[in-house]
Amino acid sequence: MIKTFKMKMAVALLPLLALLTGCSDNIAVLNPQGPVAREQYHLIVWSLIMMSLVLAIVLIIFIYVLVRFGRRKSKGFDPNDTGNRKLEIIWLIVPVLICILLAVPTVKTLYALNQPPKATAAAPAALNGSKTLTIDVTSVQWKWLFRYPDQKIETVNYVVIPAGIPVQFRLHAYDAMNAFWVPELGGQQYTMTDMPMKLWLQADKPGNYDGRSSNYSGRGFAQMTFTVMARSANDFDNWISSVKNNQPALTHAKYMQLLEPNTVKPQEFSSYPAIVAKDFNKAQMDAVMNGESPEKDSMPGMDMGNGGKGGQK
Amino acid sequence: MMDSITNFLSHFFVTGDPMIYGADASIALVSVAVLAVLTYFKKWKWLWNEWLTTVDHKKIGIMYIIAALLMFFRGGVDALMMRTQLAMPGLSFLNAEHYNQVFTTHGTIMIIFAAMPFIFGLMNIAVPLQIGARDVAFPFLNAVSFWLFFAGAMLFNLSFVIGGSPDAGWSSYAPFAGIELNPGVGQNYYVLAVQISGIGSLATGINFLVTILKMRAPGMKLFKMPMFSWSILITSVIIIFAFPAFTVALALMTIDRLFGAHFFTIAAGGSPMLWANLFWFWGHPEVYIVLLPVFGIFSDVIATFAHKTLFGYAVMVWSMIAISFLSFITWLHHFFTMGNTAPVNAFFSISTMLIAIPTGVKIFNWLFTLNKGRIEFTTPMLWALAFIPNFTIGGVTGVMLAMAPADYQYHNSYFLVAHFHSTLIAGTVFGIFCGLHYWWPKMFGYLLDEKKGKWAFWVFMISFNICFMPMYFLGLMGMTRRMYTYPAGLGWGPINFIMTIGAFGMGIGFAIMAYNIVWSAIHGKKDTTGDPWDGRTLEWSIASPAPEYNFAHIPTVSTRDAFETMKEEKRAGRAKPPAPFKPIHMPNNSGIPVIMSAFMFVAGFGFVFWWFWMAIPGVIGVIACLIARSFVYDDFHHIPVDEIERTERAAGRLS
Ligand code: HEM
Ligand SMILES: [Cu+2]
Ligand SMILES: [Cu+2]
Repeated sequence: MIKTFKMKMAVALLPLLALLTGCSDNIAVLNPQGPVAREQYHLIVWSLIMMSLVLAIVLIIFIYVLVRFGRRKSKGFDPNDTGNRKLEIIWLIVPVLICILLAVPTVKTLYALNQPPKATAAAPAALNGSKTLTIDVTSVQWKWLFRYPDQKIETVNYVVIPAGIPVQFRLHAYDAMNAFWVPELGGQQYTMTDMPMKLWLQADKPGNYDGRSSNYSGRGFAQMTFTVMARSANDFDNWISSVKNNQPALTHAKYMQLLEPNTVKPQEFSSYPAIVAKDFNKAQMDAVMNGESPEKDSMPGMDMGNGGKGGQK
Repeated sequence: MMDSITNFLSHFFVTGDPMIYGADASIALVSVAVLAVLTYFKKWKWLWNEWLTTVDHKKIGIMYIIAALLMFFRGGVDALMMRTQLAMPGLSFLNAEHYNQVFTTHGTIMIIFAAMPFIFGLMNIAVPLQIGARDVAFPFLNAVSFWLFFAGAMLFNLSFVIGGSPDAGWSSYAPFAGIELNPGVGQNYYVLAVQISGIGSLATGINFLVTILKMRAPGMKLFKMPMFSWSILITSVIIIFAFPAFTVALALMTIDRLFGAHFFTIAAGGSPMLWANLFWFWGHPEVYIVLLPVFGIFSDVIATFAHKTLFGYAVMVWSMIAISFLSFITWLHHFFTMGNTAPVNAFFSISTMLIAIPTGVKIFNWLFTLNKGRIEFTTPMLWALAFIPNFTIGGVTGVMLAMAPADYQYHNSYFLVAHFHSTLIAGTVFGIFCGLHYWWPKMFGYLLDEKKGKWAFWVFMISFNICFMPMYFLGLMGMTRRMYTYPAGLGWGPINFIMTIGAFGMGIGFAIMAYNIVWSAIHGKKDTTGDPWDGRTLEWSIASPAPEYNFAHIPTVSTRDAFETMKEEKRAGRAKPPAPFKPIHMPNNSGIPVIMSAFMFVAGFGFVFWWFWMAIPGVIGVIACLIARSFVYDDFHHIPVDEIERTERAAGRLS
């Protein structure tokens, strides 16, 4: 009985081993490409070590008791062994210690992630002297709109950032809730209709990084992907000026088209109308289109404006 | 005229998919077959008298389990459809609309219409027997609970063929689940069906709380109760505190959708985040509602088959109490990424990690119950043993998810899906199957076949690992949950393919178990002693199947392992001679619960379609049933002594 049990356990674990040895390059989260993802990666590895330890202890005791006391005529049967203060205190204290060892770096990382990462490259000229780049992100069923409020351009389903520069993404939702996730650069945040949220990300070096919505939002959700293109300062400046000079402007009519629920190709615009910058959600936009004031639709008690203390609460 | 009728019908019945026509046909065929068999064998009266109107906790338990097994089958078919669609990149076995409906119904059915009713079934059967009671505190209410669950389950499943299934996920996040972004009747089915069965669940919580507090056999102090009964006592308290939040949330969403209010909408100051808070304020305790009872089952089963008293009994109880308390202050870990400040996320990270402490304590106590035991590898014991390592994996990944900054990377990915299946399958499902095999003889008087049971176990358990272990890596690779397809070139294909093989393996395991149930019904070994496992608790002290009145004499309890002590006393020749029988007071059957739930179904169906002409009479019917019940004065009868004597003699209990 015991033998087959162990054999079957081994068979069950085989695919796991195959995986572990095979393809760790593919595993985006374990392959961080920026300081935010790296910080999270360190936390993940630390927890993985602690948790493997716990799992190992449980497995060792488990296998020991089964082998020792699972035999027909095992010695040491003791029906009156019903408790042991000392042991029970040990396995109360050890988990408490493990929790502390995990909680401390967790809280540290939590606070650290509120701060912008340290820049590792010189700022491109297009940032106009700023050390960071701010990008307003809006999720619309089922596409991503990126607005550069300082550079005054807009892109759809891809975003270009300078490598080595902290980028603040301010996240909004036009309709359904989505989540903005670029696993190689860092963890996700939701996009919501009633509160703007902030996410710092930074890429170590130029490259393309896959992003996707990670919160289900309906029919086109699986296709709701985007690419983050990190570029050198020079390339970034060139890209900004080429968009400004060569691409069409985003008109109000075109914007309304983008707000329809559908999937679209990546695109870029040299400018955008003022209404875009208001970050209206669907209800507010419907009100405006009906000639009403959008203000009455905002959430009482919360600052819905652009510069608000978004993402608190 | 003709046009408008066909237009109505094509929206009313879901059309255009061969799978749905298949379902239509099979539902029609099965219904006709059931009706025909009942009529042919003249079983209508038997069905009504023995089952539909019963208030016997054991029969209600059996009905729960039958219904839950069917729902497991439905949820499992959903799972296999999803896994087929995801087996390779870019398949089009299901399109996006269908996939979205299928994962929604899979999650909702598995949690609300399979796992929870299954547990309610087991507790209905075992708790009164374990505490030496003749029924639950409110037998009529118990029947109402069951039939409300049944009405809710039928209403929910109807959506597959009539009107269309919900597709907003089992968590139904606003605003997507609101009428603006999700028109149609699917989400109406969700809010109403889940609400109807939820009322029944709340009543069950109250019922079992009172039963356990008030109806224990003389001498059974709280700290002498079997561990399963303890777990149900604590679960009942969780139900009573958690369900009202969900009842309110569902009611508000119903008002939003049916009457145009704005609690959770984008417009008019609605707050989608409020839904997330209310949902998870119920949702997190809910996972403990389906987990603590199986902790109880494992405790009893491990003690029985290690032939030892449970190690650290008091610590086990206090751990469960600690878990139940903590389960109410962790709900926010389901949305760490919804813009909370660092102190808020820190609080909920730590409160979630704290749950690991009492849970870890329990794991070690189980291990040390096995230590110095005489372990017997029966089918229920195999399920209990497999639980320990598999559930530990779910537990440690849960701690990893609790670390908020790391969760930013795991959240909503397949890492999360793998984690909660590691706990829900290795915990809840293993526990349910464990309890099913363990108490089967007490329900039906014969045992499930051990050999087939073990086959089912190994196939299911190994396949579970093949399906869900690779899934963790898939999540770290960036695949998110609820994707109906993925492109080639991301390297996700091979893992998905392995997982699909595992999923079908689990299907085969379940099929073997179903076969075992059918086979054993014909050839199963009779349980003539009432104590097939050398049990330690009171349910094994009576005949199998348990007689209607459970205990001819209410036992007196002096120790934790009450029946074990009785057996020892008997061996030592110290057993007292039995007292003479007295007539036993029992509740009367009632047709009101099933009729009332039928009205509830009608009302729910009417509301789903905004057909108030149908919904209002349904509601009136429900109220009429309540009024009618309040005029029933003699709701009990006595079982006379000679009938008790006859029953006991037939079971070989009188010499
Ligand atoms: C044969 C066994 C099972 C398989 C193969 C399976 C497979 C899956 C898969 C692939 C998903 C993710 C769908 C997606 O996000 O696209 C899922 C979701 C889910 N499963 Fe299972 N599952 C199984 C059993 C269970 C059981 C027993 C339960 C509960 C007791 C359960 C509860 C859930 C829940 C709550 C969800 C989330 C649904 C949602 O996203 O709204 N599953 N399952
Ligand atoms: Cu808000
Ligand atoms: Cu939770």
